[in-house]
Amino acid sequence: MIDPLDFYGTRLSSRLLLGTAQYPSPAILAEAVRGSGAGIVTVSLRRESGALRSGQDFWQFIRGLGARILPNTAGCHSVKEAVTTAQMAREVFGIGWIKLEVIGEADTLQPDVFGLVEAARILSADGFEVFPYTTEDLVVAERLVEAGCRVLMPWGAPIGSGRGLNNVFGLRAMRAHFPGIPLVVDAGIGTPSQAAAAMELGYDAVLLNTAVAKAGDPALMARAFAMAIEAGRLAFRADPMEPRDMAVPSTPVLGKALLA
Amino acid sequence: MTLIINGEARDVAAPSLAALLEALELDAAVVATAVNGRFVRRADRMVTLLAEGDAIEILAPMQGG
Repeated sequence: MIDPLDFYGTRLSSRLLLGTAQYPSPAILAEAVRGSGAGIVTVSLRRESGALRSGQDFWQFIRGLGARILPNTAGCHSVKEAVTTAQMAREVFGIGWIKLEVIGEADTLQPDVFGLVEAARILSADGFEVFPYTTEDLVVAERLVEAGCRVLMPWGAPIGSGRGLNNVFGLRAMRAHFPGIPLVVDAGIGTPSQAAAAMELGYDAVLLNTAVAKAGDPALMARAFAMAIEAGRLAFRADPMEPRDMAVPSTPVLGKALLA
Repeated sequence: MTLIINGEARDVAAPSLAALLEALELDAAVVATAVNGRFVRRADRMVTLLAEGDAIEILAPMQGG
């Protein structure tokens, strides 16, 4: 069944975005990406260690995976840092997509939403296609859209926490408020059922890293997530029934034998 | 000349950013560079002259989430 996703004019058949950090080995990362069919992998930029040249090797490796690359500005705490990192990423990776992170709080890794909007504006004006890691705050989201963002990535829960969807109400409100903007739950998802729940809310995709990388069997978990995301998407499109408080018999009452 | 390269003070004789990458034997196509906190494009590395105490950042692709 064809149900493509569109990020800035690029059509994708997979609704799973996979981070590349913390895997036990490159081979297991490759297996997770290929086995799950993840359409996009996120990558970062870090200081190149002169003698080892691990970055160059990693770049060769990641290009071989066949997924699209989404560079991030992880670890940036200021607008200047994030903008400069994005510029450097565009040159190295040769792509204008950027997962924009401007971290505002060290314990929760919550975005600095004020810096995020400012950086998004600067980068959009410079031709970047920005994927902002944000909260589910509607006012911030409006500002991000005004700043040029055509995709929004609200958190489910703090990065790496595995707590799932902390604010289902807020995420549902966001979905209703931005019917035409692709929405990705980024961060905090721990299990496939939580990813399915995000998709059932009508989210367009899910971005995962720790939940897969830190699983006992990352490749198997990546597949489990891929299936959950597909199931959740199908469920959303199938228009689930409304829950109700009282029982309703599913077997017809009409024609019931009188045996009492 | 002492330069701060990725946070470490090093003594390198390299007049320009391009020369520095060559001295460090880094593949110029795979790294991104900044001098004193400002991004320097690949095309500008030849004409970016370095001075004593400059802070150079040389970044490369890494795992990320």
